[in-house]
Amino acid sequence: MVQNIIDVKNLSKSFDISLKEPGLKGTIKHFFRRQTKSLKVIKDISFEIKQGEIVGFLGANGAGKTTILKMLCGLIYPSEGSILVSGYLPFRRKENFLKNITLIMGQKQQLIWDLPPIESFYLNASIYDLDKFEAKKRIKKLSEMLEIDEELFIPVRKLSLGQRMKSELLAALIHEPNILFLDEPTLGLDINAQRNLREFLQKYNKETNATICLTSHYMKDITSLCKRVICVHEGAISYDGKLELLLKKLSPVKEILIVCRSEEDAIKLENSGFTVKNKIKNEITIKIENNSITSSLKTILNNFDIVDLFINEPPIDEVIGKILIKKDYDI
Amino acid sequence: MISNLIKRKIFTLLKVQYSNMLEYRVEIALWAISGIIPFFMLNIWTNNNLNESINISDVMLSRYFLCAFFVRQFSVVWVVFSFEEDSLMGKVSPYLIQPLNPFFRYFAQHLAEQITRFPFALIIAFFFFIFNPDSIWIPNLGILLLSLVSTFFSFLIQFLIQSIVACLCFWTEKASSIERLLFIPTLFLSGLLAPVVSFPAYVKSWIYLTPFPYLIDFPANLLSGNKTNIIGGLSMQILWIFLLFPLFKKIWSEGTKKYTAMGS
Repeated sequence: MVQNIIDVKNLSKSFDISLKEPGLKGTIKHFFRRQTKSLKVIKDISFEIKQGEIVGFLGANGAGKTTILKMLCGLIYPSEGSILVSGYLPFRRKENFLKNITLIMGQKQQLIWDLPPIESFYLNASIYDLDKFEAKKRIKKLSEMLEIDEELFIPVRKLSLGQRMKSELLAALIHEPNILFLDEPTLGLDINAQRNLREFLQKYNKETNATICLTSHYMKDITSLCKRVICVHEGAISYDGKLELLLKKLSPVKEILIVCRSEEDAIKLENSGFTVKNKIKNEITIKIENNSITSSLKTILNNFDIVDLFINEPPIDEVIGKILIKKDYDI
Repeated sequence: MISNLIKRKIFTLLKVQYSNMLEYRVEIALWAISGIIPFFMLNIWTNNNLNESINISDVMLSRYFLCAFFVRQFSVVWVVFSFEEDSLMGKVSPYLIQPLNPFFRYFAQHLAEQITRFPFALIIAFFFFIFNPDSIWIPNLGILLLSLVSTFFSFLIQFLIQSIVACLCFWTEKASSIERLLFIPTLFLSGLLAPVVSFPAYVKSWIYLTPFPYLIDFPANLLSGNKTNIIGGLSMQILWIFLLFPLFKKIWSEGTKKYTAMGS
């Protein structure tokens, strides 16, 4: 049985925020008497993650995904509840715990701006107690996986965003962490760079059995990497389970565009009892429920003169968009 | 364990930060030049014969201000500004989850910058001696070594004070304004503008209870060969380091609980 590597129970986090009325009057009032309010951004959440799992955290901006990741990696202190990651309390930031994790934030960098990435890699290697030989071996292996070579010797400020992100990944993975916390890792990257990064993460997960917790607004990141998703809505978990199940629940029908031989065939099909979305001359779009798609297609192909047909999946962004605004998914 | 830390982590940090600092050599040369306040003060003192009131000769006074310049060059600290910026921009987050306190990075940054500054400080001293040939002297090796130790202690005290202030970022976000308050006593009581010996006796007795005279006045007097209590001065420096270090650790440990990782 695969063990839980992350165990979160009744976790909450509150932040104190200061309130200020607009205008000069508000500014003066704020200067003499500060008003603060405690804002609960994470509300009593519990979940477990097993070794080797890739879990996507989904939610609208400000839902609390990044705050959860920050608490899991020990960056911020939880207000209530408990977190165990790899058997450690993250916030204590014990050396062995820190050597086991990494956090990559798409919009933040740890590489030294004016020096080539290789300098930062050797620095990180010494911070994680790797000797020069081992560091060299790991840099070679990871740079091959990430397909970077000359870039290692060019100052970071001269690298493109994609090259920089790959270098950030290398710097963050040089100590071969067992748990990866990735906050928007593909932010700002072009389509090819996004794909390369996803392929690398898949490869890394396969080779090392590392656990990956990921937040991303690019749905392709989630669908190609995560079998399981945790949806966060206003600081609470609205869904925790298989992505496939969630998608089925949210989009129970598929749209099928059928090109008939003639307009008469299309009219015949229109009147045969299927739910028609639209019809233009000999082209007709119908909606069929996922569970009856095979039998329906068989009926259509046997009884009508069909030239071509296309099955359209509903756009994933549209489906996931529904998740971001809903509170609960009873699946 | 400590030797391993110093040998591997700090040495690599120092090496990398030195490479980084070399990218900014022009800026460092300008910073070195901008630290010539002691020479202006020397001019004011000698032109107005103020040194006669404290029984220090012109030559000894010029050596004192040259040494004050040197001590200042190798003990100047700006960690509060770096940390404040990194903390507010969320840059400190990746460092916090590495098995090395982020302050070691700033520490190495300062040391690397001092090494980079060294040749520029020597050039300035060379020109100082051209204009003040009477002031040329060679301190004996023992005094030179003690002065180096004392200057390093001065740097440590200032680094710890600023690190403590920097940690207040976790509560106030604008900790550098507190540092600006500390800058005033540092400027007036450290010996940068005037040797502490020139202060009235009752003021002096209070000043020596603070860390300020051990930042510049004591190491500068030691190096320049002025009369000073070597054991007393070094002991006070060590005492301040021992008082400030646990305070820094405590504030750091409490402060990181308040960290909200803003900007990231």
